[in-house]
Amino acid sequence: MTTAQGTPVNHTERVALNRQLAQMLKGGVIMDVTTPEQARIAEEAGACAVMALERIPADIRAAGGVSRMSDPAMIKGIQAAVTIPVMAKCRIGHFAEAQILQAIEIDYVDESEVLSPADDTYHIDKTAFAVPFVCGARDLGEALRRIAEGATMIRTKGEPGTGDVVQAVRHMRKMNAEIRRIQNLRDDELFEAAKELRVPLELLREVHETGKLPVVNFAAGGIATPADAALMMQLGAEGVFVGSGIFKSGDPARRAAAIVQAVTNYDDAERLAALSENLGEAMVGINESEIQIIMEERGQ
Amino acid sequence: MAPTIAVLAVQGAFIEHERRLQALGCEAFELRQAADLARPFDGLVLPGGESTVQAKLLRAVGLFDPLRERIAAGLPTLGTCAGLILLAERVEGAGDTQGLSADAAARRATVEGFRTLPVTVSRNAYGRQLGSFRGEGLLASAASEGPDETAARIPLTFIRAPRIEGLGTGTEPLVTLDGRPVAVRHGNQIGAAFHPELDADDTLYRLFLERA
Repeated sequence: MTTAQGTPVNHTERVALNRQLAQMLKGGVIMDVTTPEQARIAEEAGACAVMALERIPADIRAAGGVSRMSDPAMIKGIQAAVTIPVMAKCRIGHFAEAQILQAIEIDYVDESEVLSPADDTYHIDKTAFAVPFVCGARDLGEALRRIAEGATMIRTKGEPGTGDVVQAVRHMRKMNAEIRRIQNLRDDELFEAAKELRVPLELLREVHETGKLPVVNFAAGGIATPADAALMMQLGAEGVFVGSGIFKSGDPARRAAAIVQAVTNYDDAERLAALSENLGEAMVGINESEIQIIMEERGQ
Repeated sequence: MAPTIAVLAVQGAFIEHERRLQALGCEAFELRQAADLARPFDGLVLPGGESTVQAKLLRAVGLFDPLRERIAAGLPTLGTCAGLILLAERVEGAGDTQGLSADAAARRATVEGFRTLPVTVSRNAYGRQLGSFRGEGLLASAASEGPDETAARIPLTFIRAPRIEGLGTGTEPLVTLDGRPVAVRHGNQIGAAFHPELDADDTLYRLFLERA
């Protein structure tokens, strides 16, 4: 891999650069968009990146069937419409879809449980790619397994397309509780912990020493209001993904801008109150007990 | 006495700057809303992140006008990557506007920043994430003493970086890469296209703190 400068970039440097792009996204909101026009609205509202996809999770859920990577022409249309980073989803384990997304120079690939998994055993070997990957995780074990495979950013899985934040909360709390537990272990207890969590010892040592994941961790799944975003930030998220919550609502531009500001001032209740006023109708939402497909169980 | 540095914390990699400033003995605190300006400070850091987002949030939280006044009045300021874009007098858009209405094309090229630093920058000029790279820059002040001076070489990290296309009157290059400026100074403002907060080298912080 060479850059515009003609300077070769080795794999270790590429991993660092890809983790660092995620650092630049911190404190920001990444929004699902399906058209160049929505991408423009998202950028205008202050999205730090957009996720280009043909159908947002709520519609994927409603439509059923097999859900795949989006048409590259559609993704390119969105890349041309905005100056912020553009992400796109490929199916779990579908490395050919990831190769295609790398070929069109996507800024981040989301190996996502929202699409139908292509492989029920193996995730993509993300170390074989120059393009960065974000992956979903419900707990520390899943997060560290994805990082070992080469993911340079993690998000909670939540339960996408529901407008119900309960799973994102559960996953963020669980991840952070496990991190605190690992931090408090004796050094000689880490071997057994790595075995239990089914993760590489070196990564677990890093968590033990730093008290955090080795990569940036965002919240995703079911975030629909400024209060939801503030909740996830107060629980330790470094930024949020908002999928169906914006363009399934009554006034997307206004709601998007309010969520962006809620992420910046997540612990200022007076400001959050002002931001939450008159946003129009939120997405209707489906309760977790009402849904048929549990996406969070895909790819562990 | 150790200087107190305010770090703009509306979005982006501000914690990385805070840690570096603290390691250098500074007091660092976050600017998230206008009320935070009540605390006195000797210098300002504008971190990396997304410049479009930061420019919007600066206005939404009421920080834009007071910060612009202070920077224009000589507040020592360090802007890195997105921070450089916020300081630049002229910002050029990124390439392709195909398929966009004239209105949308014009809007996408502009970031409404402070425009206090006489420099022209081009956003995302090195390409998308696959164009992010590392390099080794040369400190401009040492260039005349010979390019082999190791102390004059500093590591550079560029993440979807802007490129400095031209310098206005009174703006001097501080660091160059392949003969082109990648960090510049004008009065008390320093703008860098790269991320000093991500590498171990302290040169740029020291140049900034000399003024603070």
